[in-house]
Amino acid sequence: MLTSPCNKPGPRGNVAVQDQLSGNFEMANLLANIFGSSPVMPLEKHVDIAYRCTRELVGFFEAAIAGNWEEARAIRNVIEELEHEADDLKKEIRLHLPKSLFMPVPREDLLELLLVQDKMANRTKDVSGLVLGRKMRIPPEISDKFLEFVQRCVDAAKQARKSVRELDELFTAGFRGAEVSLVSSMIEDLDKIETDTDDLQAELRAALYAVEGGMEPVNVIFLYRVIELTGEIADMAERVGRRLELLLSH
Amino acid sequence: MEAQLIYIGLAAAFGIFMAWGIGANDVANAMATSVGSKALTIRQAIFVAAVFEFLGAVLAGGGVTATIRQEIVDVDHFTDRVELLVYGMLASLLAAGTWLLIASRKGWPVSTTHSIVGAIVGFAAVGIGVEAVQWPKVGTIVMSWVISPLTAGIIAFLIFTSVQRLILRQEDPLAKAKRYVPFYIFFAAFTVTLVTILKGLTHVGLNVSTGTSYLIATAIAASIAIAGAIVIRRIQPVRKLDKKQHFYTVERVFGVLMIVTACSMAFAHGSNDVANAIGPVAAVIAVAQSGVVGSKAALPIWVLVLGGVGIVIGLATFGRRVIATVGEKITQLTPSRGFAAELAAATTIVIASGTGLPISTTHTLVGAVLGVGMARGIEAIDLRVVGRIFASWLITVPAGALLSIIFFYFLKAVLP
Repeated sequence: MLTSPCNKPGPRGNVAVQDQLSGNFEMANLLANIFGSSPVMPLEKHVDIAYRCTRELVGFFEAAIAGNWEEARAIRNVIEELEHEADDLKKEIRLHLPKSLFMPVPREDLLELLLVQDKMANRTKDVSGLVLGRKMRIPPEISDKFLEFVQRCVDAAKQARKSVRELDELFTAGFRGAEVSLVSSMIEDLDKIETDTDDLQAELRAALYAVEGGMEPVNVIFLYRVIELTGEIADMAERVGRRLELLLSH
Repeated sequence: MEAQLIYIGLAAAFGIFMAWGIGANDVANAMATSVGSKALTIRQAIFVAAVFEFLGAVLAGGGVTATIRQEIVDVDHFTDRVELLVYGMLASLLAAGTWLLIASRKGWPVSTTHSIVGAIVGFAAVGIGVEAVQWPKVGTIVMSWVISPLTAGIIAFLIFTSVQRLILRQEDPLAKAKRYVPFYIFFAAFTVTLVTILKGLTHVGLNVSTGTSYLIATAIAASIAIAGAIVIRRIQPVRKLDKKQHFYTVERVFGVLMIVTACSMAFAHGSNDVANAIGPVAAVIAVAQSGVVGSKAALPIWVLVLGGVGIVIGLATFGRRVIATVGEKITQLTPSRGFAAELAAATTIVIASGTGLPISTTHTLVGAVLGVGMARGIEAIDLRVVGRIFASWLITVPAGALLSIIFFYFLKAVLP
C-alpha cells in the first residue's frame, strides 16, 4: 500500500487534468481534487536535503584545515547547490499550502517547521562561505576539537532528519498513541546531542582563548564567529525538535 | 398500437443511454478509492463493480425506482392524458442524459440523481401544472440530499475514530489490526446484507421475516469475515517498507477489508443510481402497456436488469479510464481511511435505497471523506473544491428542469 515514503506523490497543484482522452475526466477529477496536495512527503524530502547539505560540512572543514582550498571550494559548490534545492522546495511547499486546506494540524505549525529545517541548510552555507572567503586558517592546536564539534552538530541535524521523517507515520496514527512516544524519545535524544554541542562549543572557545594571543586579531574574531555559526546549526536542529513537539501536542 | 412500441422503444433507448452514462461516470467514484490504494487492480475493480453494481441494481434498486417512477409526479393528474406522462418521462431521461454529457465535457460536477429529479419536477410543474407534483415527497427527497452526506460523515467519523483507538495508536498496531479487522469485515458485510434483505428484496418479490433476515445476514457476514481472517493471517511484514510501527503492513491488512467495502460500495451505488435511468423507463412502460396510469402496477424485473446491464457496459467501456485517472489522485485515501469512508457511504446509500430515497452517491462519499478528515485521518482536504461539489446541485437541478421542459414540448409536438 501507499504509506511507504517512496510511493507517495510529491506536491501537486489543484489544476484539472488536461487530457486528450475525454472531458469526462475533469468531472471525475473534481472528486479526486478534494484531496489537496499533502505537505507530508515534501516536508520529509526537504529535511533530507537540508541534512545532506549539512553533512558536507565535515569534509569541508577537513579540507580547510589541511589547507586544501581546491577541494574545499568543490565541496562548497555542492553545499550551495543543495541549499538552493532546499530553498526551491520550500517555496513550492508554501505555494501549495493555501488557507483553504483542511489538515489535522495547523498550517502555520507546518510552515514554521519548514522554516527551521531550512535554516539548518542556510547556516551551513553561511559558515562554509565565510571560511572559504577568508581562506581561514584554523590553528592546529584546536583542529581536532573543532572537527569533533562540527561532527556533533551534523549529528544533531541527522537526528532532526530522523525525527521529521516520522511525520507520515504520525499522520497515519493521527498524532496520538504509541507513535507519539516513539517520536518523543527521538526528540529527547536530539536534545541530548544539542547539549553535547553546547559543551563542545564551550570547550572549543576556551581552547581558542588559550592560543589566540599568537594569532592575527581579525582572524580570531572571525574564528569565534565561525564557531558560533556552526553551533547555530545544532540550535536549528533542536528547534526542529521543538516544532515537532508542538505538532505532537495538538 | 405502434405508438406503444415507439414509446417503449424510445424509453428503453434513452434509459440505456442514461445507464451507460451512469456506469461511465459515477462508478469511478465508488471504485477509485480501491484502485488508488492498490487494494484492487483496475481489472479486478471493473469485475467487482460489474458484478455488484448489477446485483445492487436488481436486488435492491426497486425502491428508488418506484419513487422516481410514480412518487414524484401525482399520477392521478394524468388519468385522461396518459401520453403526457410518457412524453414527460422521455423528456426527463433525455434531459438528464444530455446534462450528463454537457457537464462532463465541461468538467462541472454532475449528479445523475439531481438531474433526473430536477427534470421530472420540471416537466410536471411547468408542462402540466404545479399540482401535478407531489411536493411533500419532493421536499423529503431534497432533505435527504442534505442529510445523507451528514449521516455518512458522522458514521465515517465514528468508524475511523474506533480504528485509531483500537489499532493505529496502539503499541503493536499490526497485531491489533490482524485481530480486529475481521470484525470490521463482519460489520461491513452484515450491515449491507441486512439492510438489503430487510428493505430491498421486497421489490424482487421475496418476503423474508425479520428474524430470518438477521440470521441470513449473520451467516453471510460471518463466512466472509472468516475468509477474510484467513487471508489476513497470511500477511507478513515487509522489512524494507515498514518502519517501527509496521504501518505499511497494517495498511495491507486493511486492504483486505477494503475489498469488502468496495463490493458494498458498488452494490450500494447500483441500488440507488439505477433508478435514475430506469425509473422513467418503468413509468413509460407501465403506461404504454396498460394505457392507464396504475400506481399499483408491479415493477417488471427485466427493467432493472436492463438498467444493470447498461451500467455495466458503461463501466466496462469508459469507466476503466476514469477509474484509473481518479485512482491516481486519491492516494491519500489509504485503506485504513478508505474503508471507513466507503463503509459509511455504502451503509447510508443502502439505507436510502431501502427507504426509496434517491440520493447523490457522490455527495454522500464526499461527506464520508470529510467525516474521516474531521477525525484527523486525511492529510489535506481542499475545502474550496468540497464547497463547489456541494453547491453543484444549485445548477444541476434547474438545468435538468429547463432541459426537460424544452424536450417535453418538443416531444409533445413530434410524437403521436
